[in-house]
Amino acid sequence: MVYRKRLDGRKIDELRPVEAKVGVVSNADGSASFRIGKTWAIAAVYGPREIFPRFLQNPKRGILRCHYSMMPFSGSGERIRPGSNRRAQEISLVIQKSLEPVVDLSAFPNAVVDIFVELPQTDAGTRCAAISAASMALAVAGIPMKDLVSSVAVGKVDDKVVVDLDYMEEHIEEFNPESAAASVADIPVAMIHNTKEVTLLQMDGKVSKEDLIYALELAKKGIEQVYATQVKALKAYFPSE
Amino acid sequence: MIVNTNTIYDLAAQGKRLDGRSLTDYRTPVQIETSISWTAEGSARVQIGSTIVMAGVKLSLEKPYNDTPNEGGITINAELLPLSSSEYESGPPGIKAIELARVVDRGIRESKAIDLKKLCIAPGEKAWFVMVDLITINDAGNLYDVAGLAALAALKSAFFPKIDPETGAILYKEKTAVPLPLVKEPLPITIYKINGKLFVDPTKEEEETYEARLTVASDPDGTLSAIQKGGDMPLTVDEIAQIIDLALTKAAFLRGILTTHYGKALHH
Repeated sequence: MVYRKRLDGRKIDELRPVEAKVGVVSNADGSASFRIGKTWAIAAVYGPREIFPRFLQNPKRGILRCHYSMMPFSGSGERIRPGSNRRAQEISLVIQKSLEPVVDLSAFPNAVVDIFVELPQTDAGTRCAAISAASMALAVAGIPMKDLVSSVAVGKVDDKVVVDLDYMEEHIEEFNPESAAASVADIPVAMIHNTKEVTLLQMDGKVSKEDLIYALELAKKGIEQVYATQVKALKAYFPSE
Repeated sequence: MIVNTNTIYDLAAQGKRLDGRSLTDYRTPVQIETSISWTAEGSARVQIGSTIVMAGVKLSLEKPYNDTPNEGGITINAELLPLSSSEYESGPPGIKAIELARVVDRGIRESKAIDLKKLCIAPGEKAWFVMVDLITINDAGNLYDVAGLAALAALKSAFFPKIDPETGAILYKEKTAVPLPLVKEPLPITIYKINGKLFVDPTKEEEETYEARLTVASDPDGTLSAIQKGGDMPLTVDEIAQIIDLALTKAAFLRGILTTHYGKALHH
């Protein structure tokens, strides 16, 4: 099957419009909003603060805790029941793991840094938007970090490796009659900006090793743009002295 | 911020507040945005001062209740997100979230704001049910007024989705041009009593200091549709009368901002 032209007309390496803003939740120690197309993540960081129950305390290093949640009206179908579910818990875990490598946990022994991410509307790529938002929120909160983490999804739609799949591309068989027997691979990726080390990698679908490696190269490019957007928002918030 | 309760009390006696406002003024800005979420049938974001609430409307088709076979229904739910304040924790809604949802719910339900008969598709079999979720983004005080305004703004912005004529399934991604049958526009306003004085739009610190509060939901014509008293101390009948007058004035103020917002939205 041939995917001739992306459904929304983008180039294969073109992200949807991205927009970032920090300081959106004034109660939080750090917060950020990250939008990519119609996917919108709001992240708030509280901490370092005391952790309860106390037996979770670690005198050697602090704990990073992530809570990802879609708002009840943020799915494109029926209302989502509020509260946690298996999907949200797994995504929370992979977000946490994607950020931990850049955070200096030894800086806050016995304490916890909580990251809450909420999505008011979604159109695929939610964990990537969540990571990009959370990374900025950590920076605003002044949590010691060696770099920002930026994230974007790549994937394969029919025969094309593309960046930043939207919902229609993830469900290509519904939206493109020519793709009736289509195959889609969805690959969310997060990278540490300077080193381009990968801190999130998941894949659902079918893809060859060659295509996966090519997709990761494409992800590097997309991540550059996400990073530039994050930095711009942070600089706007912290005007240089 | 640690604020001495006594300071708030002493200032109240002089008709003053910590942030310099008069007792009956709202914080600024008062901002309303609607259709903020493409996945909701209707949605709004309301900000008063730095308190922010999002509201989203989702519709579903259900079997009507046995005692009202010709009617659909409406439910309001509130989530006090741990994202919005260090006070809140993850988990099922606590009593504070439930009271907020119930108070907003009753204003809308008792005024018959939505013509529930118009939500019925097949009596006894199928009707639209409206779910409004109120989500706190930043709680810096006065969630009641902010959530109440967000609920009304979201309901005003809602349109029915299409139904697949063959399968009867809801096509959530395709909205019709038919708005919800919103026949009244109730707005709840909560007035707080601190050191005997009546306060509008309390900050978080003021909320921790109040003696009593009264929520008054009213229609544009001044008809009251729901009332709820809260707090540890009693209110006199005179105070209640004063509170109602003040609540009606403030409802008119917020309604004016909502009308201006929709006036602008229409000209887009």
